[in-house]
Amino acid sequence: MTAPLISTENLSVRLGGRTVLHDVSVQISPKEIVTIVGPNGSGKSTFLRTLIGAQVPSSGRVTRADGLRIGYVPQKLAIDASLPMTVQRFLGLPKRISGAKARDVLDSAGAPGLENRQMSQLSGGQFQRVLLARALLEQPDLLLLDEATQGLDQPGSAAFYRQIEDVRHTLGCAVVMVSHDLHVVMAASDRVLCMNGHVCCQGAPEVVAEAPEYRALFGSGTQGALALYRHQHTHSHDHSHEHGHKH
Amino acid sequence: MLDDFMVRAALAGVGVALAAAPMGCFVVWRRMAYFGEATAHAAVLGVALALAFSLPILPAVIVAALAMSSAVTALRGRGYAMDTLLGVMAHSALAVGLVAVAMLSNVRLDLMAFLFGDILAVNRMDLATIWLGGLGVAGLILWRWSALILSTLNPDLARASGIDPRREEVWLTLALALMVAVAIKVVGVLLIAAMLVIPAAAARPLVRTPEAMAVTAAIIGALSALGGLYGAYWFDTPAGPSIVCCASLAFAATTVISGLIRR
Repeated sequence: MTAPLISTENLSVRLGGRTVLHDVSVQISPKEIVTIVGPNGSGKSTFLRTLIGAQVPSSGRVTRADGLRIGYVPQKLAIDASLPMTVQRFLGLPKRISGAKARDVLDSAGAPGLENRQMSQLSGGQFQRVLLARALLEQPDLLLLDEATQGLDQPGSAAFYRQIEDVRHTLGCAVVMVSHDLHVVMAASDRVLCMNGHVCCQGAPEVVAEAPEYRALFGSGTQGALALYRHQHTHSHDHSHEHGHKH
Repeated sequence: MLDDFMVRAALAGVGVALAAAPMGCFVVWRRMAYFGEATAHAAVLGVALALAFSLPILPAVIVAALAMSSAVTALRGRGYAMDTLLGVMAHSALAVGLVAVAMLSNVRLDLMAFLFGDILAVNRMDLATIWLGGLGVAGLILWRWSALILSTLNPDLARASGIDPRREEVWLTLALALMVAVAIKVVGVLLIAAMLVIPAAAARPLVRTPEAMAVTAAIIGALSALGGLYGAYWFDTPAGPSIVCCASLAFAATTVISGLIRR
């Protein structure tokens, strides 16, 4: 097995006297797509913020591979209307970049031709792609996305996840994302972490969906969605588009 | 040339306007207008303390301004809304400062000069203070420019880029305290926040990037300083408030013009 890009050991985080995370030991290997699911307030965002160093753990530790480059897409970014900001300038924070580089990275994030637009005039989907573009600038080994499809409609988030898969293919980076779109995300993941203050269960999407801890948190309602995914998956493999329900 | 009081006043006004422009942009972007006000009001307390203990005024003002901003930062998020907290702190500092000055019966102090500035009485020493201090403020802001903008946008994004947003905030607070000390002679305690906020707000509708906003605010601020002095000379009005009036006119003009263009 290859050395992990980043790993945590018995990580605990306390915020305002409350333990938000405890005993989290997770390893992220190169090129894998890991999705973190869990109810609100379960510490998912805190976990990502600890990985980028924005949150100091109260105990345990985070170990990064030497020279690890992380691209981070935050949960929400509200740009105050008083702050004028073109896409090109935003991408060039904190280090300015050339117009050619901005065009390249916008292309690979699926947002071509936006470099001269004002950030405040972008649609939700365009905005998320610009955030993605900024995260891709340094050619990251690890891409961290915190509910990156918040505020996007169903087709919008599906298109965004396809973009993430594209990026993973071209850059070969690992992806860790927090999401609420259970069925879409679980379909695209190699591994799912179910979190609720600690890691309740983890494994391949199918395994986690069957786990009692996962069902206790999400009920069995998502079973249908996952079954739907398997169904589509079979079809894409045998390339027959007739709807024979053999399984 | 510096023998002419109008030349000295013009240089002082332009110096303060140039220093205030990039700082003022951050005050607007970070919604710190009231924070600037509180820091400026603390200066009155600084002046009172300096007089009471016969200390030099400039360092006392800087220390008082820094103490105020540290106090506000420390009390932040302890159950009061930010504007309530700042409302309490800003007005308390002003009131306590005025009472303290009044209690120093052995000192004769032109209080109006501190409250509204006394730009026409600027001497060579003041001019040196304004330009050196102003260079300090502008230099500090420009040095931290990109890191400050990223921290203003999103603290986590800044962290991910290896920038500590809290440290950047300290630089900004330091620049603000210095700015208050520099501007007090020109527009006075009560109108310092105006010199920070109004030119930056007036520049906003005209620009597309943060850098353009700072440059445009500097131009608007400098022209307001010159226009205000000119008006004060011809209409015999107080100079500090006249400068702020000019900046307000610029704000009204750019707001109306951008509104017409957008329709």
